[in-house]
Amino acid sequence: MNSSIEENSSSLWKDAWIKLSKNRLALFGLAILCILIITSLLTPLIAPYSYEAQNLELGATSPSIQHWLGTDIFGRDMLTRIMYGGRVSLMVGFIATAVALVIGILWGAVAGFFGGRVDAVMMRIVDMLYALPFMIFIILLMVVFGRNILLLFFAIGAVEWLTMARIVRSQVMALRNQEFVEAANSLGLSQWTIIRRHIIPNTLGPVIVYTTLTIPSVMLLEAFLSFLGLGIQPPQSSWGLLINYGVETMEEFPWLLIFPGIALSLTLFALNFLGDGLRDALDPRASKD
Amino acid sequence: MAILEVNGLKVFFHTRNGTVKAVNDISFSVDSGETLAIVGESGSGKSVTCYSLLDLLPKPPAKIEAGTALFEGNDLLTCSKDQMRQHRCNDIAVIFQDPMTSLNPFLTIGEQLIEPLVHHPDKDQAITRRSAKEKAIALLDEVGIIDSQERFDCYPHEFSGGMRQRVMIAMALITEPKLLICDEPTTALDVTIQAQILELIKKLQETRNVAVIFISHDLGVVAGIADKVIVMCEGTIREADITDNIFYKTKDDYTKKLLSAIPEGAKTLPNRSIHGSPLIDVSNLKTYFKNQSGKKDNENQFVKAVDDVSLAISRGEILGLVGESGSGKSTLGRSILQLAPATSGSVKFDDQVLTGMNAKQLVPWRKRMQMIFQDPYASLNPRMTVFETLSEPLLYHGLASKKEIAQHVKQLMDDVGLAQAQLRKYPHEFSGGQRQRIAIGRAIATKPEFIIADEPVSALDVTIQAQILDLILDLVEQHNLTMMFISHDLSVVRYISDRVIIMNRGVIVEQGDTEGLWARPKEPYTKDLLSAIPLADPRSERLRIATR
Repeated sequence: MNSSIEENSSSLWKDAWIKLSKNRLALFGLAILCILIITSLLTPLIAPYSYEAQNLELGATSPSIQHWLGTDIFGRDMLTRIMYGGRVSLMVGFIATAVALVIGILWGAVAGFFGGRVDAVMMRIVDMLYALPFMIFIILLMVVFGRNILLLFFAIGAVEWLTMARIVRSQVMALRNQEFVEAANSLGLSQWTIIRRHIIPNTLGPVIVYTTLTIPSVMLLEAFLSFLGLGIQPPQSSWGLLINYGVETMEEFPWLLIFPGIALSLTLFALNFLGDGLRDALDPRASKD
Repeated sequence: MAILEVNGLKVFFHTRNGTVKAVNDISFSVDSGETLAIVGESGSGKSVTCYSLLDLLPKPPAKIEAGTALFEGNDLLTCSKDQMRQHRCNDIAVIFQDPMTSLNPFLTIGEQLIEPLVHHPDKDQAITRRSAKEKAIALLDEVGIIDSQERFDCYPHEFSGGMRQRVMIAMALITEPKLLICDEPTTALDVTIQAQILELIKKLQETRNVAVIFISHDLGVVAGIADKVIVMCEGTIREADITDNIFYKTKDDYTKKLLSAIPEGAKTLPNRSIHGSPLIDVSNLKTYFKNQSGKKDNENQFVKAVDDVSLAISRGEILGLVGESGSGKSTLGRSILQLAPATSGSVKFDDQVLTGMNAKQLVPWRKRMQMIFQDPYASLNPRMTVFETLSEPLLYHGLASKKEIAQHVKQLMDDVGLAQAQLRKYPHEFSGGQRQRIAIGRAIATKPEFIIADEPVSALDVTIQAQILDLILDLVEQHNLTMMFISHDLSVVRYISDRVIIMNRGVIVEQGDTEGLWARPKEPYTKDLLSAIPLADPRSERLRIATR
């Protein structure tokens, strides 16, 4: 078994990785994301200052050698606060989106694949949840379970999956009647195998694009909730919160807005590059070069 | 004088993967009242040639590298956009292949017909809606649309495929063009409808004295109507001559190959034993679908796709199932394989009743019966490599362990004539014929006893079609298969089947052994079908059109 071992292991994901590794822009995006994630993980060890220690005498100062990105009005080091904020923002972005992805893809795939009554019931549930005011839903959760960051992540994910389910369902409905699905049926494959092997991989294109849009919107949603006092509380912070405060003092202390803004946009750029790369890599038909 | 004269036309496509010479140095001419047929297989550049005349190619990647196309002395390739619009409006019209997609579903056909007249780019030449409508209705009459007054306000979906193609022809003729380009106008149509449309084009051409360029992949189709034929292959002209010389005295190898690839007569299969005992026994099978139009009366509540069909297929037999679109032949096939639930009746496989089994109970039976689908572009999962596609049935049914799988898949690739080096490729990297080989490989992977082939060659070029048919015959012989071969193409069915069933509107019209049925068809419907088959024989084709 010489070359056949390679042939065996060849699959969509493996080929996608080979293709992705040739896409410089996507690799660049991936590298930036990795750096951001690693920095966030190591923040408690490498952060130059404490995120909550105030220095009221110092106040807001522009970037200097002691404080690379300046300090906020309480004299707290911005670099440290952005690093700590990144922990929260990236976590909420990835966890909430992952929750939305898993629920949304499964729900949409099942509804779209079986159609008929199953579909009707499942999609009415989605409609009902859509109609439920998002804020009330979150407030209810907070009241019942107490304020908890993880719960907040899941709550956001539990709202975002609705759109994902809709997208996947419409994709699946178009795929369901394709001949290759019927061929899989005539091979006697179980319904679950067909959904897993034949349906879901073919819905990935739009799903990936929507995912790269969801992550940033989730980050901003967290900022909004925190602003209302439903999310994380000062002195903890997140990029969204930092930007919110930065906007208030934009004219006097522009660096309070600019640096968290750069951090957020850098993440979005990286995500978009990676997302586009992934979408192309996962479509064998996209040209190879 | 020739109305269109093309000289040294070169059209190249500049893609990232290099330059494709789609059309490479082509010259031809057409006179008024003359029909020029351009024949070639897919990728031969026949459509590109014609689209470049009307500036309908996407540029880039397409680029016209050289050549002239003089239409009444004006070069079409270098004229301005305004002049081109004038030509399209007044002089040159196109009939496209698929009447389903070339009409706008949101506009009535009348609206689409009068559009070029009412919204003429040259304001002086635009005419009022009233007179345009009169003209359109007269034309609809001419192309054979009954009740043209009422039909004028119908939407495309209210017409059948053949009627839509008539509307398309009317649309092409409404501006009274001097040159009509027909791009495979009958390929998507049933054989009887095809014969009618061909006659119509021939008749209109004679009464209106237009020049016609008729693009087709099928030599049989052009035999009766073409004055001159160009055979194209890979962007170049292989042979150009008057029709009779092409068909009767060709010297070119490629033309000979095309002509010999048209299935004619019956193939005798050696070394096969057809046992009397039926492997498949279908009795009183009915498959109804709920009518979507929502009418509540009991008469039309269901579409009777298969209506009380009984048949038996002996072991080792190849049964041909022929019918036009909508005859229920595909539904019958899918009902036999339990892919479409039957409304009533029973299907027995090897004396075991399959109807009424649930999905789990069917799994061991699925292994023994397989299907080959029509469209090799749609029947393969685009995100699975050939290896995955072929190994899936083997692994799922436990016919090979993970260790042995590579060996098994390679064996399959050999069986269907694919190079083993291509295991890692994805479906889109293969040609249509190769894809159909993959699909056949998947179908025989589980070593089934019974295979239903649903139009397995109708999406393929004629030379590829011949190869695939021979592959199927080989496999039938090697593996002792029993087969039901579904097709709308009578010549193909005659070539491959031992026995034939003719279906129309969900019921069996006639059945019998192949040669007997061809020699002595009993039912009028069968006679109509048989007489509509286009033959690659210009003399008898002309005679037939003349005597109709």
